[in-house]
Amino acid sequence: MAVIHDMMPAFELFQPTSIADTLTLLGRYRGDAWVMAGGLDSFDWLKDRIKRPRYVVDIGGVAELKGIRASGAGLEIGAGTTLTEVVRHPVVKEKFGILLEAAEAAASPQIRNQGTIGGNVSQDTRCWYYRAGWSCYRAGGNICYADTPTAINREHAIFDADRCVAVSPSDTAPALIALDAKMVIRNLEGERVVDAENYFIGPGIDITRMNILQPGDLLTAIRIPDTWAGAQFYFEKIADRKVWDFPLVNVASAMVANQSAIQRIRLALNGVAAHPKRLVEVEAAVTGKPRNEQTAEMAGRLAIAGAQPLQHNGYKLPLVKNLVKRAIRGVEGSWTS
Amino acid sequence: MAEYKLIGKNYTTPDLVAKVTGKAKYAEDYRAEGMLFCKLLLSPMPHARVRNIDAREALAMPGVKAILTADELPPPPPPPAPPPGQPAVTQPPNENALTNEPVYQGEPILAVAAVDETTAADAIERIVLDLEPLPFAVDPLDSLRPNGPNARLEGNTYINRELKSLKWTEKDFSDATDGRLPMGEAPDTFSIGDLEAGFKQADLVLDETFLTQSTTHHPLETRTAMATWQNGKLHLYCSTQSTVQTVGNVARWVGIKPEDVVLISEFTGGGFGSKIPGSQTMAIPALLSKKTGQPVMMRISREEEHYIGRARAGVQARARVGFRKDGRITAIDVFTIQDSGPYGAQGDYRNVGIMASLAFQPMAMRWRGVTVLTNTPPRAPQRAPGGQQMNGIFDPIVSKAARKLGIDQVEIRRVNAPSGKATFGPPDPKTGKQGYVTSAFVREALDKGAELFGWEAKKQYSGKRRGSKARGIGVSVSPFNAGSTGFDGLLIIRPDGMLQVQSGVGNLGTHSVIDVTRVAAEMLDMPWDRCEVQFGNTSKHLPWTCVSAGSQTTHAMTRANYAAAMDAKKKLQEIAAKDLGGRAEDYDIGNQRVFRKGSPGSGLTFAQAARRAIQLGGVYDGHELPKDINAFTTRSATALAGTGLMGVARDNYPHDGNTLSHVVAFAEVEVDVETGALRIVEYATVADVGTVLHPHSLSGQVFGGSMLGIGHAISQRWLYDRQYGMPLAKRFHYNGPPTILDAPANVKFAALNIADPETPVGARGVGESPVGAGYAAILTALADALGDDVFRRTPVTPDLILASLELGHGSHDALTTNV
Repeated sequence: MAVIHDMMPAFELFQPTSIADTLTLLGRYRGDAWVMAGGLDSFDWLKDRIKRPRYVVDIGGVAELKGIRASGAGLEIGAGTTLTEVVRHPVVKEKFGILLEAAEAAASPQIRNQGTIGGNVSQDTRCWYYRAGWSCYRAGGNICYADTPTAINREHAIFDADRCVAVSPSDTAPALIALDAKMVIRNLEGERVVDAENYFIGPGIDITRMNILQPGDLLTAIRIPDTWAGAQFYFEKIADRKVWDFPLVNVASAMVANQSAIQRIRLALNGVAAHPKRLVEVEAAVTGKPRNEQTAEMAGRLAIAGAQPLQHNGYKLPLVKNLVKRAIRGVEGSWTS
Repeated sequence: MAEYKLIGKNYTTPDLVAKVTGKAKYAEDYRAEGMLFCKLLLSPMPHARVRNIDAREALAMPGVKAILTADELPPPPPPPAPPPGQPAVTQPPNENALTNEPVYQGEPILAVAAVDETTAADAIERIVLDLEPLPFAVDPLDSLRPNGPNARLEGNTYINRELKSLKWTEKDFSDATDGRLPMGEAPDTFSIGDLEAGFKQADLVLDETFLTQSTTHHPLETRTAMATWQNGKLHLYCSTQSTVQTVGNVARWVGIKPEDVVLISEFTGGGFGSKIPGSQTMAIPALLSKKTGQPVMMRISREEEHYIGRARAGVQARARVGFRKDGRITAIDVFTIQDSGPYGAQGDYRNVGIMASLAFQPMAMRWRGVTVLTNTPPRAPQRAPGGQQMNGIFDPIVSKAARKLGIDQVEIRRVNAPSGKATFGPPDPKTGKQGYVTSAFVREALDKGAELFGWEAKKQYSGKRRGSKARGIGVSVSPFNAGSTGFDGLLIIRPDGMLQVQSGVGNLGTHSVIDVTRVAAEMLDMPWDRCEVQFGNTSKHLPWTCVSAGSQTTHAMTRANYAAAMDAKKKLQEIAAKDLGGRAEDYDIGNQRVFRKGSPGSGLTFAQAARRAIQLGGVYDGHELPKDINAFTTRSATALAGTGLMGVARDNYPHDGNTLSHVVAFAEVEVDVETGALRIVEYATVADVGTVLHPHSLSGQVFGGSMLGIGHAISQRWLYDRQYGMPLAKRFHYNGPPTILDAPANVKFAALNIADPETPVGARGVGESPVGAGYAAILTALADALGDDVFRRTPVTPDLILASLELGHGSHDALTTNV
């Protein structure tokens, strides 16, 4: 069969307007159904005819999935809320500034107007071999094209590779992990709530998926507890361009510290593994230590322990080391503005 | 400077409102009754031979109308004439719109027409293609190695215009150490002066290697085309840089006479050199439309544009440059390897030598080069072909020398700057003399730019660090071709008193399609609201016009419009003399009248004169035409004859020298050495482009060209997996051209506005010079911030900076391309 890209094939399209109807459809069609929110990940796959679902369930019309509301002592963000809405929400700005920064670092203004936070955390990897339709492990084949001596793998994993060396591209995911967010997942059987860090999975668990969603599941909301409201936050993303680029590496941390010591901290990276990586060992090592250059240096060194760079992504080691350092001790602003 | 009413003034071009309101019709916006769509089957392999095509199942599908294969195309025509400064390199086997021997992954093999695109795409999927894989190369040095693969069965390089196989020796490769470029046999060379004597005078000699990347042109509008036949004529709605000069190419590609082509391209979403004469693939809908008897639309996707949309030739270079203590360059010895894709060679690598000889006026120079074929998309001139690469190769060396010699970066460029009728390029083989430019005011531009940018004040931050932030400043002098001569102007003063100017220039986004006609209006003293410009459709009868390429339009077509206006003025004077007595020279024109000198209220209105011209016929209304105009103009003028007083003439004005423009650029950057993140703090340019025709258009061109250069400096790339010969970065996101939000916020611009002495009105082109200026101003600023040896290739991305600073080497092997 000859290959052709950029022309969507026919499929059956459903546009439900409620979560209940969505779940019914997902329950009916299970693995044959494709959930589409903003479409920014989906359309690539569909237009290139690489993923060929029989049924597409467009959840863009489900009002229940949209909006940001108070939830107990925190916030609940509908999975269908656009990144722009997240960026503009006053409570996000006031209490969870790190999520604002992360959401604003994603993609471009146009994409943030269309792309949802649920889509941003659930999107597939951007490995160019995989997305070009090469029959790699993740696509059901038996080779990783990105892990060869001549492969172009500057953007690939330095941690937790297991056959596949692709990375999670999400900018909001590490911020949500730092905020100890909870992912609300529903299916016809009911609702379950999982910690953000457990939402994402690596190839060792399932090489064909980036998160725990099973056929029939729908991510409906993300809850942010007040646990880290108003903490000292740090977010930084390094990419080739100022906009419309996935991170080479990003880092997010939430910290409570006083004059003498770091009292508690959560710290996560992305762009380094198939899942956003919470740095539990670093968190433990710096807790109780003074927030200074020495602690930051130690944290940076610890953050890259066990990293295994590929042929062309060795720079990610110093990058991770430096970003973690900065997450602990901060960084001076621009000299020129 | 003459006092003008229109020239040098801002105005709203007549096409602008349609563009910003979305009413403008680009090729893809046209529809015709019964229109079919076609889709392409692209080669999945970098090099292969088609053994068999089984399309039975596809053709049996409902809604599928026809298939077109390479066997049904006219034989491949010779490539179009190159822009000025580019050598004409014409060698078989030439490219055709479809092929049975694909030489790059993505090359179109066949096309299918169907009632809609989905059906056409479904049909493509059902075609069974039997391909025989052939050897391939995607890196020039791989191909030059002993026993390295050739991109073509016939060879890997052109020697005396013939495709030959060239391999270097193991010793050639082992002689080059420390990441320096190996230098084996180079078939192409030129020399200026005594090289060894030049180096003997040098107090400092630098030997540096630099890699510039290949990049797809990727204009915003892809090369979509729609074709329909009416009464034996092909009507082609397409996207081209050059309206008039695309006609002949389309005729050759389709196999018909130019008179049978009606070409419509009112709006083009950019080209950057990739659509100079249109695109060969436009023949596909034309031939499918002929075959089916129905209109056929071929929409080209962004990924397809990556394949067929042309690309800049990356150049790998090693340059040895000698400097005197005062910074004067005594000698340049530069060796270049060009990645020229799978078809003809490009002039980029040679332009590296030519433009260096102008920008730095070396006392002696040698250029050597080898162009190597690879199984990557076909190359074409991309905005400043070779000029951009030259700046990237040489400006960092010149700035490094300045630091070593303790000279200011601007001063060392002032010391070496071209001035007046500066000589450049290889000596003429017959006379032994070099050519020279019509004029150059580079020192004036450097002075003005240094002031505009605040160079002296910023020097205190040069190379300084605060925390993790390093600051640097840089500067670049970028010359490029900026004009040609000998084209035709055509206009009509109509009986309603309006001036109708025919413009055969393409509307590719630069405004030059309209700007050049303002010269005709100026010379006839016509208010702009009494002028109409006809463009974008050859059925409107357009004059023979230069290709919109090589930055030549402003120069060439201001001359042609000037000539047409002078012809009209002479005819107005003659008609007045005939009707009112006296001699023609007793009359002047102004205020839409031709009148006896000193008596502006006398004489005839232009409307009256136009009616008299029609009555008189002959030369006055276009029934008799000059003998020296192009046949294309003759056809158009003949069609317009009798509609008013016709001004029609060839540009025969004298012209001493070669027309080139210069742009100087200044940049300040801030780099975070912990992350490799960089920020362009400020950017300033000064243009030495002769008389300013249209200030907004000029500053837009300089900014846009600068952004292309800046993109090449910091983000834009090609990526190839060498094992499979496959591209990985194809669409905008992975290719990484800069977005508007990557543009520096603080941008300053000025033009010298010194008229070029060798052309009426004094205007030169500006399209290309800003590219190299932007590119190298950023690179020299980055080197100033980070140190001279942190990068030896572009784009300079965060990983490259960080790997170099923290790991002591780049992310990739120093000489591998497309990484």
